[in-house]
Amino acid sequence: MSGHSTYEPKYAAERWLDKRLPIVRFGVDFMGFPSPRNLNYWYAFGGILTLCLMAQIITGIILAMHYTPDVDLAFDSVQRIRRDVPFGWLLQPMHAVGASMFFLAVYIHMFRGMFYGSYKNPRELLWIIGCLIYLVMMATGFLGYTLPWGQMSFWGATVITGFFGAIPVVGESLQQWLLGGYSIGNPTLQRFFSLHYLLPFIICALVGLHVWAVHHVGQNNPIGIEPKSKSDTLPFHPFYTMKDAFAIAVFLLIFALFVFYLPDALGHADNYQRANPMVTPPHIVPEWYFLPFYAILRAVPDKLMGIMLMFGAIAVLFVLPWLDTAKVRSMRFRPITRWFFIIFLVMGFILGWCGANSPDDIAIPIGEHGMSFKWVSRIATLYYFAYFFPILPIMGWIEKTKPLPDSITKAVLSGDA
Amino acid sequence: MLKTITKAFATVAIASTSLFAISIPAKAAGGGEHKIEKQNWGFNGPFGTYNRPAMQRGYQVYKEVCSSCHALEHLSFRHLGDKGGPFYDAEFPNPNDNPVVKAFAKDWTVERIDQDSGDPMDDTGIPADKFPDIFPNAIAAAASNGGAVPPDLSIIIPARTGGADYIFALLTGYDSDESHDGVYHNAAFPGGAIKMAPPLFDDLIEYADGTKATSEQMARDVTEFLAWSGDPKMEVRKTVGFATFLFLFIFALLLFMTYKEVWKDVEH
Amino acid sequence: MSDTDKFDENGEPTRRDFIYIATAATAAVGAGAFAWPLVTQMSAAADTRAAGSIEIDLSKISEGQQLKVLWRGKPVFVRFRTQAEIDAADAVDVASLRDPQTDDDRFVPNTSGVIDKRLLVMVGVCTHFGCIPVGEQGKIDAQGKFGGWYCPCHGSHYDTSGRIRQGPAPLNLPIPEYTYISDTVIKVG
Repeated sequence: MSGHSTYEPKYAAERWLDKRLPIVRFGVDFMGFPSPRNLNYWYAFGGILTLCLMAQIITGIILAMHYTPDVDLAFDSVQRIRRDVPFGWLLQPMHAVGASMFFLAVYIHMFRGMFYGSYKNPRELLWIIGCLIYLVMMATGFLGYTLPWGQMSFWGATVITGFFGAIPVVGESLQQWLLGGYSIGNPTLQRFFSLHYLLPFIICALVGLHVWAVHHVGQNNPIGIEPKSKSDTLPFHPFYTMKDAFAIAVFLLIFALFVFYLPDALGHADNYQRANPMVTPPHIVPEWYFLPFYAILRAVPDKLMGIMLMFGAIAVLFVLPWLDTAKVRSMRFRPITRWFFIIFLVMGFILGWCGANSPDDIAIPIGEHGMSFKWVSRIATLYYFAYFFPILPIMGWIEKTKPLPDSITKAVLSGDA
Repeated sequence: MLKTITKAFATVAIASTSLFAISIPAKAAGGGEHKIEKQNWGFNGPFGTYNRPAMQRGYQVYKEVCSSCHALEHLSFRHLGDKGGPFYDAEFPNPNDNPVVKAFAKDWTVERIDQDSGDPMDDTGIPADKFPDIFPNAIAAAASNGGAVPPDLSIIIPARTGGADYIFALLTGYDSDESHDGVYHNAAFPGGAIKMAPPLFDDLIEYADGTKATSEQMARDVTEFLAWSGDPKMEVRKTVGFATFLFLFIFALLLFMTYKEVWKDVEH
Repeated sequence: MSDTDKFDENGEPTRRDFIYIATAATAAVGAGAFAWPLVTQMSAAADTRAAGSIEIDLSKISEGQQLKVLWRGKPVFVRFRTQAEIDAADAVDVASLRDPQTDDDRFVPNTSGVIDKRLLVMVGVCTHFGCIPVGEQGKIDAQGKFGGWYCPCHGSHYDTSGRIRQGPAPLNLPIPEYTYISDTVIKVG
């Protein structure tokens, strides 16, 4: 989409087609897209995510052929898929585990972007589209988790839709509109199923924009300087298609480990119990990929404040390109900020750990009592926001960065890339 | 070459295993104070399989003891004769033809509609039938059981933290037959107070295969049966999983070699 | 990849070619193996297959009546034929039929090894485009020109043996797989 085309049709048929619909030219140029020659394995997660999205859509369409979105039948229909539908025992766990794998890959992809400064000029919009994809993914994941209609499905949906009830004035009517009733029920399940089917295609459209944007501005790379000459880049195919393919195969090994040997490791026993509006499970937690945000929500004693902080934690990602004031992209050349980033990562894990535990339980025993998860999550939440403001803007101004290499090629040849 | 392989694996694998770090406390947190001992089940581990004679005895325990209160909502009689099931017979790949399964189905009474009058009527089961409900609805179940609804057993093992170990610990966790206002003490049950009376006693049933029916033996057997019932496709899943692993491993190796060939002349 | 790369001095494919072909072949095998579950999941599930057989009590029908029973989502016709209907079916010149079959070919022997030509069991689905033919006894206009069944969708006429005699349908009304499990009970499927 940038630069001039390298495609030369050889045969008359190719020329005929190229004149009328240059689809082959598009494909050839697309695959030959010049990519920095120093991309490492962290850059394979774009390809891995494409695979995840396709796998989820394919298995999802299949599950929809067998699933029944009705409060009386949904739970049984999932069991029927696992017991009686040919290969249902494979396809259902693939979809459920696939959601976790998708989020795992997207988190790595995002942290990679944050580490190498891939959100900086001119890639702000690329980053924002990515954040939008993440947001729609979260919605899709949440809606999908409701569908099996187990106890966690039901109570997770009750808690999350309860957020909307916290909005002043319009909250209650908004919540009723969302649920189609006074509480989670059949209308809710049916609309959640419909939307869960719709949103992945919106993700596809956003991914199209995301890929378009990356082809327009070019890929960032581990040293964060733009390619200057032809020797700085390689055509995407076959160099990165093969590198990505290898990374995908390794990723699939981990995927397969969960699907075949640990299909329930990332779920909850409670979701094998049919939804019961009369009994809340003693310990409700969201899926692991929402745990850090759940911890932020519970860190604050006020309902509305908690929700605002939680959404703020996602919203802040959208303005990251303007909060980071540094001229240098890659953390490789930012000796101090790099450590702030690593602490940020650790805090993310700590928030996840807090989200999985009861807020009043003791996290760190000190003497007779110790520090509760609530307080640990408060500290971690504080750091989470502090990283974006004021740490990043201030560090951008005061940090003395390491000297950048002259070009990607020079860095590669001297072994610094 | 080795270094690059290690790097790739490390990149993807370390990041992925971090999933465990979060998921494990999440599972453990549901526990509470009760103690559950890990048992050495034959179906544990990547190559574990169910013990067929134990499952068959377990079915007998279910039929003669548990089924007075607990249903098997997600099982049909034919499932007993499925490949991997307790009464699978290679001679009858279609479980509906399996005489053992047919005989078991006949032991049960199922409700049907009389084709002449349209009235509900009782009939003997056929393999295609589901295991019948024990109580007409949850209210009736609670009313006949001191207010506690006996849970469905067909997916009880995946539905409980601790799984098979928990169910076995529960069945063997009673310290006396004495109840206090209809509540029994059971060390394995969260909170320790359970409404289910101790269900198993030595020689409560007579095993068809002559095994001595101690209460521990029965607890072990019925747990084996329920483990299968909760995850009937486990054996095929593990077999296909092993083949998938083998394939992916070879494929990854080949892709790595292709990748190296493609990049051979490029310094990077 | 210059041409010298592709072959060694003896004109044999190189190690590079071997790796590429092996990888591509493995990928093709993997794609095929993965496609299999995606395709076969649509075939009938175990519970559907289990419900695929029914038992019909023939003693409930008396001469001249027809029973309609749902089997695999389609009606099965069991007609207790009159002697006149049996004679009419036997009198047909088989060679003249579109789908040649004698009346006897359309029966299964009962438990004593005898063919009871009074009880005709058929799948009541027109072989043209799958409508349900009409053919209630006593309603002459509903039985078509040959006294058997008539499909109102596109005008196929079946005789008293359920064989196609006139109209667009290519085949006779099919006989399901069934066996007598007692003198009066048949198992279909």
